[in-house]
Amino acid sequence: MAVIELKHVVGGYGGAPILNGVDMSIEKSDIGVIVGPNGAGKSTTLKAIFGLLQVTGGSIVFDGEDITNAQPDRLVPLGLSFVPQEKNVFTTMSVEENLEMGAFVRRDDFSQTMQWVYHMFPVLAEKRRQPAGELSGGQRQMVAMGRALMSNPKLLMLDEPSAGLSPRYVIEIFETIVNVNKEGVGILMVEQNARQALAFASRGFVLANGQNRFTGTGAELIADPEVARSFLGG
Amino acid sequence: MIRRSLGLFIGLFLLILAVGAVLGVPFTTARLLEAAAYALIALGLNIQWGYGGLFNFGIMGFMMLGGFAVTFISYPVNPEFWGSDGPWMLGRALLAFAFGALLVFGARKSTRLGIRGGWHVALTILAWFTAYVIYRSQIDPAAAYIESSAGFVGGLGAHPVLGWLFGGVLAAAIAYIVGKICLGLRTDYLAIATIGISEIIRALIKNMDWLTRGTLTVSPVPWPSPLAQDYMAEGYGDTASLLLSRGGFLALVLLVLAIVFVLIERAYGGPWGRMMRAIRDNHIAAASMGKNVTARQLEIFIFGSVLMGIGGAILVSFVQIHDPSSYQPINHTFLIWVMVIVGGAGNNWGALLGAIGIYFVWMISEPLARAIFELVSYVSTWAGIGPIPEIESRSAQMRVFVLGVVISVALRYAPRGLIPEYAGPRARN
Amino acid sequence: MSELVFFFNQVVIAGAVLGSVYALGAIGVTLIFGILRFAHFAHGDMMTMGAFVAFILAVGAGALGIQTPIATGFIVLPLAMVIAAVLALGIDKGFYAPLRRRGARPVTLLIASIGVTLMIQGLLRLFFGTGTYSFFDTQPKTIFRIDTSAIGSTRPLVVTEPQIMLILLTIVVVVALHFFLTRSRLGKAMRAMADNPDLAQVSGINTQLVVRVTWIIAGSLACAAGTMLALDVTLKPDLAFNILLPIFAAAIVGGLGQAYGAIAGGFLIGFAETLAVFNWTLVLRPLRDVLPEWLELPNNLALVPTEYKLTVAFVILVITLLVRPTGIFKGAST
Repeated sequence: MAVIELKHVVGGYGGAPILNGVDMSIEKSDIGVIVGPNGAGKSTTLKAIFGLLQVTGGSIVFDGEDITNAQPDRLVPLGLSFVPQEKNVFTTMSVEENLEMGAFVRRDDFSQTMQWVYHMFPVLAEKRRQPAGELSGGQRQMVAMGRALMSNPKLLMLDEPSAGLSPRYVIEIFETIVNVNKEGVGILMVEQNARQALAFASRGFVLANGQNRFTGTGAELIADPEVARSFLGG
Repeated sequence: MIRRSLGLFIGLFLLILAVGAVLGVPFTTARLLEAAAYALIALGLNIQWGYGGLFNFGIMGFMMLGGFAVTFISYPVNPEFWGSDGPWMLGRALLAFAFGALLVFGARKSTRLGIRGGWHVALTILAWFTAYVIYRSQIDPAAAYIESSAGFVGGLGAHPVLGWLFGGVLAAAIAYIVGKICLGLRTDYLAIATIGISEIIRALIKNMDWLTRGTLTVSPVPWPSPLAQDYMAEGYGDTASLLLSRGGFLALVLLVLAIVFVLIERAYGGPWGRMMRAIRDNHIAAASMGKNVTARQLEIFIFGSVLMGIGGAILVSFVQIHDPSSYQPINHTFLIWVMVIVGGAGNNWGALLGAIGIYFVWMISEPLARAIFELVSYVSTWAGIGPIPEIESRSAQMRVFVLGVVISVALRYAPRGLIPEYAGPRARN
Repeated sequence: MSELVFFFNQVVIAGAVLGSVYALGAIGVTLIFGILRFAHFAHGDMMTMGAFVAFILAVGAGALGIQTPIATGFIVLPLAMVIAAVLALGIDKGFYAPLRRRGARPVTLLIASIGVTLMIQGLLRLFFGTGTYSFFDTQPKTIFRIDTSAIGSTRPLVVTEPQIMLILLTIVVVVALHFFLTRSRLGKAMRAMADNPDLAQVSGINTQLVVRVTWIIAGSLACAAGTMLALDVTLKPDLAFNILLPIFAAAIVGGLGQAYGAIAGGFLIGFAETLAVFNWTLVLRPLRDVLPEWLELPNNLALVPTEYKLTVAFVILVITLLVRPTGIFKGAST
């Protein structure tokens, strides 16, 4: 069963809709990657799922439950996590406190999860007492992902996790994402490094003008000459 | 929009007529005159907040400057002061002030002599301190001498209208200094800084007894037009003289208000107004188009403050007494804010309507509250609980509460005011 | 040595008392700013309101014939703080929350706080008039005079019961606040929301709950500060409006949004004010015989006359804003 299913979602920030009918379906074992030109509604799709903008048409079903226009404080306990593209750490708080904030919705003991996150990102264990604002860009991205994983999500949504990172870190982040997925967390991410991301995607979505243009596995999309020509820069 | 504004003004007119019918024409004329002075001040705030987006919580201070100015200019000359050593000692204090200013200026410019960093800071602080000590060493004995020998410096005996103008000039001068220091600040910092300035102006005017007589108050401050007594001397009846005198003063104030209104309304419609609105709505964009944002904001702050100074001066002229301890932030600063917010920030008609309307609400909530209290008291006495004590002072405070309710309701249900700014659908909440 | 004790009485104790009141008030201002991003101008009136709540409770307890060994004002303070917290929540629900829901700008909330100021002021004056009240009408204010002849002073060290309680209370509050903000789940969530409200929302933090906790802390501390101030001096409806400026100065100097900064700022302003109005002549008097003729000590050698005490906080505020606008502890950037 699909962990998340979008059916013809229409929405925007109050003016003209930015999403004009997006369909999407992701299994828990999937890594879904959304690509497309600027202004296609990639990030907007994630925000629509996360209740950060008004959905005026269609429906979003998460794990069998209708979550259309639900707010984050309801979504996070359900098992949905979101890593925004920018300002995604609490800069004045320590790394460990950042992780604790990710577990805010949990009332059970989350020390196991924290060990797991430290195991996944060993560098964070070293810097656990340091304010997140003092870390490098790549390390911040890890804090942000770690924070989002602390709520034990079924689906992790990432908005351009590689933005602003040096190529070495981009590969590292992508490897981590694949590892997280192997641990049983579904992934839905937006990426500018389209070719690189589609290479490990099990589901790929090409959006343009707020609508699906192509859907398939990552490999299929890369192989499709039309996708390659129009959206992957040749 | 026009129809709605017209309706509101007709409603206001009817309210004034009703007040006139119930509380008498002389009372209403006096309130109308005060309302016109407040309208001038509200227009000043409308320029600052509505046009410029500048937060001024120091209106009371500028009104006090105006009040002091008109007292100083129009109060009769005090021969005891001019005949004593007072002027001479004040002159020396002024010299000390100038010398101190020179010292501070020199210290600030000392970087040109190669004094930098920590030394420069230290030198500046030392210069300020020395200047302060030198000035205090001259002004303190001068003040003590004047207070003991002549009471206070008295006035200049000039025409009150000159005093109103001087009120504007004084307010402009202080606004220039304040603006230079504070206008770069964020809104909430500017708010607290202007509160501080107005409290300091209040402390100064209240405590500089040698200049203002402080809490001892100065009266009677002369009128610009004939007093009721003058008409009575000419053989008019009591009510007629009261009406004639107040009517004359009212006509003068309305003339000032009309001139100011026409001028700022024209400025607002012209290129200057457009530029101001552009700066308010997006000062970064305006700056990138080559507008000198800081200079324009300073201009606006000074213009607004001038109107506050003139309004404050007119009010003191009218009540004929300069009493620094009668000024309260609630009755002066906050009352004006309620006027502008309720009327419609950014719209001069709105500010006008708000000023006169709120002033009448403010004035009639006291008698209204008293009537209600008396009724309740009557019922409670009848029911055996006993009367409400101190009805007089309590009903005077009722209007503060009413004012709070009015602005809260306005912010909630008509955040852009009764007559909103007419520029398109852009919401300013 | 008498001079030293005099200095201690006039500056150290008075400064600590004033600083404590400012700090307790400034914590509320700074927390509200950190979480809700607006300058809450009605805070001074919340302090006054809290003091009047405590006053009513104390009078009520007295009327019931309850005798207490220490001033009744302290005994009823916890209950008064609870009531003040509830009132603060009510004010938020009634006047600020509807504007926030509409997405109003912070400056609109600032103007709304003027409305709240006017309503609180109006109601207080309506019920209590404009006169002054004292918590110590029916019971004496205990004054401790500590004999200092051991160090060769002829003056006693004077400190009153409310002053001791105030300083103790401030220490308790500071420690409790520290543990709340660094150890508790909600305290950390509060810091998170002050740091990055959008991310706090995305993390699933219940922002409504954090806002409520903020008002509870701010309201109860305002009540404590107001009551303590009223116990130390007297109670009147415009009690706290006059200290609004120093409180905001303390919060801004400390860096808006920074709880520790507010505490430091409160004491800085408190001590600066007492030092500025302190009459140095009384301390320097022993030097009178040593000083040359031309350097005669005047009767009053205070840096600032008491009437202009307010300027001290203002000057510190302006210098901070010009030199280091984010405050001595780096404040919220918006």
